[in-house]
Amino acid sequence: MKSNMDYIKIEKNTKARKKALRTATYILLAFWAVVVLFPFYWMVLTSLKSYGAYNSEYIPKFFTLSPTLQNYVDAFTAVPLGKYFVNTIIFTAVTTALMLIVIVLAAFAFARLEFKGKNIAFLIFLSLMMIPNELVIITNFVTITNLDMRNTFPGLILPTVTSVFYIYLLKEHFEQIPDSLYYAAKVDGTSDWKYLWKVMIPMSRPTIITVTILKVIECWNSYIWPRLITDDEDYYLVSNGIQEIRENGFGRENIPAMMAAVVVISVPLVILFLIFRKKIMAGVSRGGTKG
Amino acid sequence: MKKKLRDSSLKGWLYLLPAILFLGFFMVYPLIDVFVYSFEEGYNFASQTYFGTGIYNYFYILHDPYFLQAVKNTFILVIITVPLSTGIALLISVGLNSITALRNFLQTIYFLPYVTNTLAVGLVFMILFKKTAYSDGLANLLINWFGGSSVDFIEGPYWAKMFVLCFYTIWIVMPFKILILTSALSSINQDYYNAARVDGTSKFRIFMRITLPMISPMIFYLVITGFIGAFKAYSDAVALFGTDLNAAEMNTIVGYVYDMLYGDSGGYPSYASAAAIILFVIVLTITCINLLISKKKVHY
Repeated sequence: MKSNMDYIKIEKNTKARKKALRTATYILLAFWAVVVLFPFYWMVLTSLKSYGAYNSEYIPKFFTLSPTLQNYVDAFTAVPLGKYFVNTIIFTAVTTALMLIVIVLAAFAFARLEFKGKNIAFLIFLSLMMIPNELVIITNFVTITNLDMRNTFPGLILPTVTSVFYIYLLKEHFEQIPDSLYYAAKVDGTSDWKYLWKVMIPMSRPTIITVTILKVIECWNSYIWPRLITDDEDYYLVSNGIQEIRENGFGRENIPAMMAAVVVISVPLVILFLIFRKKIMAGVSRGGTKG
Repeated sequence: MKKKLRDSSLKGWLYLLPAILFLGFFMVYPLIDVFVYSFEEGYNFASQTYFGTGIYNYFYILHDPYFLQAVKNTFILVIITVPLSTGIALLISVGLNSITALRNFLQTIYFLPYVTNTLAVGLVFMILFKKTAYSDGLANLLINWFGGSSVDFIEGPYWAKMFVLCFYTIWIVMPFKILILTSALSSINQDYYNAARVDGTSKFRIFMRITLPMISPMIFYLVITGFIGAFKAYSDAVALFGTDLNAAEMNTIVGYVYDMLYGDSGGYPSYASAAAIILFVIVLTITCINLLISKKKVHY
């Protein structure tokens, strides 16, 4: 009888311990979720507070009873946020489009075509993956300056186009398409060019979409190169724009308007992320950097 | 037959041509050029002349107090953020892996910082931590609740600023680490766990003897990329402290390179090149050390 009691006690204990562990896990996870989400909440909240209300809160309030959209109006009228936005969209679209052309052609050559020196060329390409951007950016800065391409879109775009890693990623995917398809197409007299466009690209759509999204994120958030190469506000991208707003826009203390600008800049990527969540996360886990 | 081969060779290279042009012009040539620059003494950006070759540029920056400050800041940042972020990410990933409810939802939330603009969200962190005449800011409110006194984290004492920088850096790099670790954890074969459970192994022991060894390659991958990323820190610091990082005593090595290149103190590509090469050598050394250690410790 006694041993039975012991058994029940032990079982109770393990159950309690399990429960405690489970609770601790959820507390930890919830805590980190709050840490991640809080800055987002705070930026939206602050952007909805009026200038006067914000500055009269010596102790910041966690909510607002009189939300206003005035800050968003200010963000687009007092500073050229719309212009930064358009610039970034142009920059992102052109860079991504050019990159796609370049990497599709290169990946096709490596995956499908046979030519002299292919292996050596691929090895050189791979070794270029290890070159940090910081080393090459100096000469690129001098080159673009000497070519008189500062404050132009070509100057912004051209050095950002290629990405060896994406060539590699796409080549891997191209290689998974069975050889037999290629030979069948050859027998039918299809040219390589047509085969690439009609068969390989449609079949590799998932990878191409992933690469595109990753590049779009990279372009949208790029800061260093645009900062080096533009000092004319007409060519600022959103990152430089927000830095400019911080240092010279609105007057230093108009934080609600600043937060409205931050919300406007952040929203497109958050939406993109929520739509393509699975693709983005799969893509990043295969070859993301940042961190 | 021979002609055909030459034809297809030509075609292959033709397809590669755009990539080669871009890479050659914006990667290979600059890579060679940066070494040339670093040895050209007294290079004048406007007239593109220099008056000697040698190691003076290296000598100069190694004696520049701003560079030494930048090196110190970068090393502190690396030493604090890499172990801490990897550790917390491991903890969170293990937690995430042990639950079923809310798992996808939390994973999505945790990934959000990855897609945000570093500069933009950095501003939010700045206002959370900044102490102004109007308000002590939210961070100080929390400190006050726990009985501490207010600190200006943005323009105040060195370690307060370093704390914010580390905090923001960790916040930014966590999504990547959590993502990699959760996918590594979920790919462990369940048979190992079942076998251990049959033997009545304790949870802690299971973690130490099965989980950790199984995901050790990924942990080392994260440590290596973490080191590389943290050594290149720059945008996060700009987001928090503005573009004049030297004045804020918060410059990083990469920041020093760009300041030398461009901006108020800029116009010295030779110094910038020398600093970039020193950074590259540091990163390369640390990566090699990491790889050597991982060869001994990691179970593949």
